[in-house]
Amino acid sequence: MAGPVLEMRSISKSFPGVKALSDVNLSVAPGEVHAICGENGAGKSTLMKVLSGVHPHGSYEGEIRFEGEPCEFRDIRASERRGIVIIHQELALVPYLSIAENIFLGNEHARRGIISWHRTVTHATALLKRVGLHENPHTRVADIGVGKQQLVEIAKALAKEVKLLILDEPTAALNDEDSRKLLDLILELKAQGISCIIISHKLNEIARVADSVTILRDGRTIETIDVRADGISEDRIIRGMVGRDLEHRYPDRTPEIGEVALAVEDWTVHHPIDHQRKVVDRVSLHVRHGEIVGIAGLMGAGRTELAMSVFGRSYGRWAGGRVLLDGKEIRTRSVPEAIGHGLAYVTEDRKQLGLNLADSVSRNISLGALGKVARRGWIDEHEETRVAEGFRRSMNIKAPSVFAQTGKLSGGNQQKVVLSKWIFSGPEVLILDEPTRGIDVGAKAEIYTVIAGLAAQGRAVLVISSELPELLGMCDRIYTMAEGRLTGELDRADATQESLMRLMTVSAATENEQV
Amino acid sequence: MAQTETTQPPASAAPGPDQGGSRGVGALLARALQGNIRQYGMLLALALIVVLFQIWTDGTLLMPLNVTNLIQQNSYILILAIGMMIVIISGHIDLSVGSLAAFVGAAAAVMMVRHDVPWPLALVVALLIGAAAGAWQGFWIAYVGIPSFIVTLAGMLLFRGGTQILLQGQSVAPFPKGFQKISSGFLPEVGPHTNYHNLTLLLGLGVLVVAVLQEVRGRRQAAGYGIELLPTGFFLAKLGAIAAAVLVFTLLLASYHGFPVVLLILGALLVGFGYLMRNSILGRHTYAIGGNEPAAKLSGVKSKRVVFLAFVNMGVLAALAGMVFAARLNAGTPQAGINFELEAIAAAFIGGASASGGVGTVLGAVIGGLVLGVLNNGMSLVGVGTDYQQVIKGLVLLAAVGFDVYNKRKAGS
Repeated sequence: MAGPVLEMRSISKSFPGVKALSDVNLSVAPGEVHAICGENGAGKSTLMKVLSGVHPHGSYEGEIRFEGEPCEFRDIRASERRGIVIIHQELALVPYLSIAENIFLGNEHARRGIISWHRTVTHATALLKRVGLHENPHTRVADIGVGKQQLVEIAKALAKEVKLLILDEPTAALNDEDSRKLLDLILELKAQGISCIIISHKLNEIARVADSVTILRDGRTIETIDVRADGISEDRIIRGMVGRDLEHRYPDRTPEIGEVALAVEDWTVHHPIDHQRKVVDRVSLHVRHGEIVGIAGLMGAGRTELAMSVFGRSYGRWAGGRVLLDGKEIRTRSVPEAIGHGLAYVTEDRKQLGLNLADSVSRNISLGALGKVARRGWIDEHEETRVAEGFRRSMNIKAPSVFAQTGKLSGGNQQKVVLSKWIFSGPEVLILDEPTRGIDVGAKAEIYTVIAGLAAQGRAVLVISSELPELLGMCDRIYTMAEGRLTGELDRADATQESLMRLMTVSAATENEQV
Repeated sequence: MAQTETTQPPASAAPGPDQGGSRGVGALLARALQGNIRQYGMLLALALIVVLFQIWTDGTLLMPLNVTNLIQQNSYILILAIGMMIVIISGHIDLSVGSLAAFVGAAAAVMMVRHDVPWPLALVVALLIGAAAGAWQGFWIAYVGIPSFIVTLAGMLLFRGGTQILLQGQSVAPFPKGFQKISSGFLPEVGPHTNYHNLTLLLGLGVLVVAVLQEVRGRRQAAGYGIELLPTGFFLAKLGAIAAAVLVFTLLLASYHGFPVVLLILGALLVGFGYLMRNSILGRHTYAIGGNEPAAKLSGVKSKRVVFLAFVNMGVLAALAGMVFAARLNAGTPQAGINFELEAIAAAFIGGASASGGVGTVLGAVIGGLVLGVLNNGMSLVGVGTDYQQVIKGLVLLAAVGFDVYNKRKAGS
């Protein structure tokens, strides 16, 4: 038997302040489908970026061998020339160009810069046939569905004489029907001798197509399972994926839990563009005063979409459900309404959605509740500064002064500014979306203390997090979501990383099979 | 995003900006200027240009007559620049202001000359027309979501055409004396006869006292917040410079006809809008939208309403500029206001606006407008042709914004 088509040995990669990969090994045999599993942030995407040259040679340690030869890719084009093609989760197609134009974008059939349309169209037609897409190559990509766009991406890869195809969560945006077709196509390509790496956290999918599975956790290889020899064991995969250390110090708290503060009933949200797709599907949940409740789920589970939609319908199209505060139904159709009822939403994307990075710390803190530092529409700058200075001290925001530009602070301090802003708005219910993403350990501990303090004041706190130890360490109760639906609810005492992960990886397809 | 908290020892502190830092006067000065570097830079550039042309023109530039002229010539561009700055801060642009100014000027001319409408009434109606035109454009931009570039490009054609329809291709003149005063009038003479204009001296003195008090108050507040201050020497020098500038300017005006009415209008707009943008919730929301609209929306800012109001305001100011220009010309003409929008936009960018919005001050727009105005006036005085004037103004705009881009890149933000 021939050696592996791809070997990655002892790959380590650091970003400022974080070690994303340490000593990762990956070996892909010719003509196999190799799945990579891991939690959000386990290092899957980083590993693929190293392989495809997005992180160029020299920016990581370790060795890559492809078809037995060492590779030092300087950019994506270099890896593509060798036949390694990556298809990202967010499709990289130009919506207003035709299918044929997209397939050969950057790789045109041309002579001296003049495109040969005849060759382009005939070749595109042949490739479309190969991936089983019955569309006119002149159709604009914007006019076909996501499932078909995914096939165009694969045709584009085939046009580059692909030998190793990498698919990053290929079915995340697809419905069951399209997912099935895509997986069939992967098996077909495998039969044609194309090796494939598939990143996925849908265990039923992996069971269907994968020949072997490599599990990553915290930037390390945990194990590689040979499915043909060992069979596939969901328990083994889940055990490998979780099991992060629980060594964080979480503040000790004795929760004093009161009446139900926020209740969401049968909340359904459709995708903002694809109105057929349910991103959140009949979700009901509640949080009590003084309680910290977690929502666990993997990428695409619909947690952020749920939160943003409840907070003034800031995401997607609302398609049903109601919100109750202290037992009374409230209107939250716009953000000002939601804020008026005492809701606060701390976004997971603080740079894009949370802060005005060009402006000062004090102006960011006051923005959510300017009325509190103003009289009849006129801001009392002295009062505003005093408030901001208070938060700078109490939240320990490390900034030269409250007039410092927010964009120049570190991630942890920016997060404290966002938190201060929403605490200043005086909410009854806080929804914190990934409150500790991308910040250092010291700042994390400080933020946990702040969250515990909010609950102790009788406020209801809903925490969305991808870090299971964080949820287990902080929350009184944890909901799990998968594919837009609530899949479980566990008390702190009953929850373990394994039990949560099992509920997070339930997919509609497996459930249907069980019924 | 990878988080490997288990492998990292707890960092003692976030890698934030250093708090102590160097103590050198240069570093201190640099820090004090930081963030305002563009505005201070433009102020310095303005001073430099003034001195340069003062020498070049053998002192003609700062002759009392020419200073008064300079104000009256540039007043309408400065009025437009104030409104344009606010529109640009909100993340938009308005290409229609020149045409709108012409249209409103024409409407006022038709009212006063053909229908004998009293001029104060005509003035009020004209401002209302401006507000309505701004509301029309603001509606399409804020509530329908058509890019402002397109809407105001359409408005540019619309209002220019409307001007020609109203005037039927002819100039309409002359205006009542009272109306002409808006542009060419001066404050009345009061008190005993001196060689100077008394009221102007009084006003100048008032401005001087207020300006100095503001500076001192600001410094005391800053000290209260524990912010690093300029060394006392520098602060006194700054006060001296302000005082000298105000005094010289006052004396120049007072030794001619005195305080122009239009300067009073400009001063009121500068102070009023400066305060609005800095101290009102509406102003703050404007900055927030331009800086990061999604984040502002998620903070409860009603962004559509704010953008709508910015355009209504621009409409009113364009109408006012149109009145001032018509009054100066003493006629409503179909060619009024051509290229005004470009001058106003250039003034805003020279004065520190950011192309992506969220940054800039009303004072900056006025400084930018003055840089252009002094360049125009000075180059005309030394006999540079309009052809070369345009080339030079183009380069100045490019250099000012280029300098800013370079500075931002160096700061790594």
